[in-house]
Amino acid sequence: MPEVRVMSGNMSAAYGAKISGVEVIAAYPITPQTTIVEYLSQFVSNGELKAKYIKVESEHSAMSACIGASATGARTFTATSSQGLALMHEMVVVAASMRLPIVMAVVNRTLAAPINIWCDYSDVMFERDSGWIQIFCENNQEVLDTIVQAYRISESKEVMLPTMVNLDGFTLSHTYEPVEIPDEDEVRDFLPPYEPEYKLDVDNPMTLGPLVTPDYTMEFKYRMEEGMEAARKEIPKAQEEFHKLFGRKYDVLDGYMLEDAEYVLVTMGALSGTAKETVDELRKEGKKVGILRIRVFRPFPREEIRELLREREAIGVIDRAHSYGSRPPVYLEVRDSLYGEETLVNSYVSGIGGRDIRTDEIKWIFKDMEDSSKKKEERMHWIGLRR
Amino acid sequence: MKEGLRELPPLPAILDPGNSTRNKTGGWGAFKPNIDKNKCVYCLLCWIYCPDAAISRLEEENKVEVNYEYCKGCGICSQVCPVKAIEMVRR
Amino acid sequence: MFLREIRFHGRGGQGAVTAAQILADAVFREGKYSQAFPFFGAERRGAPVMAFARIDDRPIRVRSHVYEPDYVVVLDPTLLEVVKVTEGMREGGILIVNTERNPEDIACETCSKVATVDATTIALDILGVPITNTAILGAFAKATGEVKIETVLDSIRRMSPAKPEENARAAERAYSETKVLEV
Repeated sequence: MPEVRVMSGNMSAAYGAKISGVEVIAAYPITPQTTIVEYLSQFVSNGELKAKYIKVESEHSAMSACIGASATGARTFTATSSQGLALMHEMVVVAASMRLPIVMAVVNRTLAAPINIWCDYSDVMFERDSGWIQIFCENNQEVLDTIVQAYRISESKEVMLPTMVNLDGFTLSHTYEPVEIPDEDEVRDFLPPYEPEYKLDVDNPMTLGPLVTPDYTMEFKYRMEEGMEAARKEIPKAQEEFHKLFGRKYDVLDGYMLEDAEYVLVTMGALSGTAKETVDELRKEGKKVGILRIRVFRPFPREEIRELLREREAIGVIDRAHSYGSRPPVYLEVRDSLYGEETLVNSYVSGIGGRDIRTDEIKWIFKDMEDSSKKKEERMHWIGLRR
Repeated sequence: MKEGLRELPPLPAILDPGNSTRNKTGGWGAFKPNIDKNKCVYCLLCWIYCPDAAISRLEEENKVEVNYEYCKGCGICSQVCPVKAIEMVRR
Repeated sequence: MFLREIRFHGRGGQGAVTAAQILADAVFREGKYSQAFPFFGAERRGAPVMAFARIDDRPIRVRSHVYEPDYVVVLDPTLLEVVKVTEGMREGGILIVNTERNPEDIACETCSKVATVDATTIALDILGVPITNTAILGAFAKATGEVKIETVLDSIRRMSPAKPEENARAAERAYSETKVLEV
């Protein structure tokens, strides 16, 4: 019988790694990720998890150690946030371009300056182009389940790309709610041991990541994109198998009340829960509104989004990050997905630096979408800015 | 902070230095240290260890005293004092 | 709609956050859905800290802070002077305070009940440290009736990082000593 416990997002991440049978963990603490590595080191020290826990002196070293371990064929895990992820940046791209199926929990926390420990997506958006598969979770159950799925996706022969599993700092990482922990035996059915085709092995030596001239580099980079294309097929397969074995259904996109929705708000992460509650309240008033939560951000589900959103009165995209000098990231990708369509798309930057996103604000956003649709004008807002 | 966009400086900086001294954290604890000056040998271990720098040196007397405006009653001074000159009492 | 929203006020190191977590566990054991999370200011011992909890009979999706609590729990009496603990409280809510004072001496315009208990003394007596979070949960059970004291004690025993039995006793003693005043 799977156990159900009231636990935090960080605990859920630690359990996700544990039941996936990770073999090497190398991580460095940073608020709000710290307890993930504390729980994992406890599991290792009390024998519950037969893994090697490497204490490293920085996040850069953490990713370096993970790369080394993963390259030898070990199932590897790490976790970080914010400046830790930024420090790791140099090695993050190496992990993806060396095609290593590392899974990393990113507890989203804003980038400095100023120092701020609370949530927004600036840290992971900074790694958008890295070649990592990126999935955003709405609740703690999803965090645990997604880490298990991530190994299955990353380790598949055609994909061979690492995955970032994102969970909101504090809103998920430190929030306690009931989570079911799948049986490790059942997880082993879903997740066979990691057997890479190419690995560092003293009996069969190879050189990984040598100098490559302009004559061939482009081809290796193109193969990464092919890995992303393969992920578009592997992710739904993994989700389906997960559903069969564990009963919980996940999808690349999570639509709520979309069937007849005229106004759709695109969200990611935990705020989607608050948004869904708001939709329920507005529906009672007769408003035809809905939510589209993007769960898998990389590879970006362009075709699916185009299909789901093209015939709506207006779309609003909530971004918890911005690209200074241009447009916010999720907005840009959604709008690009709708290229050629006449759909109105608005941008709402919200929840920066942990600013709480409230039901009232989401209601305001829907009202603004309605108003802008009547006037046929596209709008950009930073929600709740103290003017 | 009640300031709006234009009242804040353009960069994230605190423009009035020393403002942390205005935050009197002395009311935060349940316990307070009492230093018995007769027993104190001026080893300065409590002064070094205090995490809030709330112990001052009285150089003319060769003794230390607690600044209760900032002392949070953590008890570290009492723990490290080698001659047991510091007693934690309920505030 | 059944939803109950709770706000805990404490200082860093007093266990306000753990109190919310233990409550979430107890609520879950009684068959409801629960959610508990902290809001820290400065990450520093003694700094004012809030923790939020939600109880509902269906899965809880909303994740914003609690702005209109039904119940407010105050773990440190000195906070009453520094923080407006009753901010946003719903009409007819319940205020629970760790203090030596009596409920009559605690102001709350919109409350239906005010409850007080000297949790600091109980904690010092039984645990030797002024960590009042488990004791205050006993007071919560008495004043609100949202959870049975037996379930709370069970969750305390399971989730206490140290001294599970002593912590349970502190909650039990607080449960019997809590004074509840209907306003």
